[in-house]
Amino acid sequence: MGVIQVQEPGLFTTVQDLGREGFGPVGVSASGAADGISLRLGNRLVGNAEGAAGLEMTLLGGTFQFPDGAIVALTGSDFGATVDGAQAALWASMQVKLGQTLRLGPTRSGARCYLCVRGGIEVKLFLGSASTHILSGLGGHEGRSLRKGDMLKIGSANGAVPERRLSANALKHVLPRKVLRVTPGPQSDWFPEAAQRMFYESRYRVAEESNRMGIRLEGGAVLEGAGGKMISEGVSLGAIQVPDGGQQIILFVEQQTTGGYPKIANVISADFHCLGQLRPRDEIRFERVDWETARTLLREQEELLASEELILG
Amino acid sequence: MDTSASEGARFQPASDQSLLITFGTEISLTAHQQVMKLLRLLQSEPVASVRNLHPAYCSLLVRFDGLSISHGEVEAILREYLARLEEVKLPEPRLVEIPVCYGGEYGPDLADVCALHGISSAQAIELHCSATYLVYFLGFVPGFAYLGELPKELVTPRLATPRRRVQAGSVGIAGNQSGVYPFATPGGWRLIGRTPVAMFRADREELSLLSIGDRVRFAPISAERFAALEKEWA
Repeated sequence: MGVIQVQEPGLFTTVQDLGREGFGPVGVSASGAADGISLRLGNRLVGNAEGAAGLEMTLLGGTFQFPDGAIVALTGSDFGATVDGAQAALWASMQVKLGQTLRLGPTRSGARCYLCVRGGIEVKLFLGSASTHILSGLGGHEGRSLRKGDMLKIGSANGAVPERRLSANALKHVLPRKVLRVTPGPQSDWFPEAAQRMFYESRYRVAEESNRMGIRLEGGAVLEGAGGKMISEGVSLGAIQVPDGGQQIILFVEQQTTGGYPKIANVISADFHCLGQLRPRDEIRFERVDWETARTLLREQEELLASEELILG
Repeated sequence: MDTSASEGARFQPASDQSLLITFGTEISLTAHQQVMKLLRLLQSEPVASVRNLHPAYCSLLVRFDGLSISHGEVEAILREYLARLEEVKLPEPRLVEIPVCYGGEYGPDLADVCALHGISSAQAIELHCSATYLVYFLGFVPGFAYLGELPKELVTPRLATPRRRVQAGSVGIAGNQSGVYPFATPGGWRLIGRTPVAMFRADREELSLLSIGDRVRFAPISAERFAALEKEWA
């Protein structure tokens, strides 16, 4: 069984899988990869189960040495990866040889890049998941983001895997959108028509303070209907809350499980992975779709992810 | 045949994979009982395709797998569950006592709370410890219990500007609620004390010290007792 030596952790690198679902009654949110599609595809490229744990890097990648070598794949955004100085391809599996070093830099596209390793990253599971939950310091590697000098275990895997890459058609479909599709939120009727129109016509900027708990927006504040007095209730992933002051927050993977602000809309499940690629200062818009469209888009996305033509050997 | 529970319940899609069931438009023990009964029934007889449940004061958010079931289908199943709520027996509530060291560095807002209400800190502590609180639900972060009701004399609005970091174990009040921060997180409740007891631990079977429906009482302790207990819990 091999290891990964963390020579540089990057800005904020955590162990993530597809999260832990089902612990709402004790207030534990699902967590998991911010761009679940990139993690799933990375795992398939190296021959893992889709939900194996990988490393999620944010804005600036790390430097990782592989004393025993490994089969790896990088997915998501382009962080200018090299292996011992030679350029490393995104969306393809590759062999890192004994003692080689994988180095990533600042992003050239979106917010997150995933490093998947054949065998997965092995950590002690918390509530059935390897995902790091930063706020509570639970899960992942010691409940925190990686530090210089950390040593990560690679899980065991049998058999060789052929070199694989993602098909051009698949790649086109997973490119993150900047126009996010939404369905109405449970309090959308609290917002007068003019406020709703403004919400759907405005361009929003992703604020610096955004993180895995919530993506804070700037611009197009919805004042009428904002922060209304409501009784706290369970909140969904991708819910767009409008607190007092009207500046929206999109609840994200490490979200609070309940909240007391009205929600004007909810990002559709098929676009969740796009949220994970939003960088501070990115500009986004919202487009309303009906329930049936949201369902169809999710089904089509899952069909594409399940299709054989997705991965080329 | 619909029972009152089913008639009074309101169903709303909250997202493309979740449905919100609301019992009434205000916090009441009756509504909360219905939330707890529906939660209990869904936990003892899980519905395939339902992935998560988020109870709150008078609502339950049901998260489901949108590929295998629709809002309408989930609603139909839940209506059948609602029709059976009367047969659900809730367990006798547990009474959990939480030791708290009040004021000073442990409760930096206690003095302000006292000033707002024109009472002494001894009176404020006595009031906070006089009530038996109901755990309405756990939410916000792992193990954070929403406790009600605070004695009327202590009802205080939350801070205008939330703190960026609240120490783990801090006991806060906001409106007519009280709660304990299990982790160091941002928070806008007024902090009146701190408990050395771990509210949430990944290494014990009962992850959260408190569960929905529990009863809670606070008991004042000295700084010395706090230090001793903190060692015990570490």
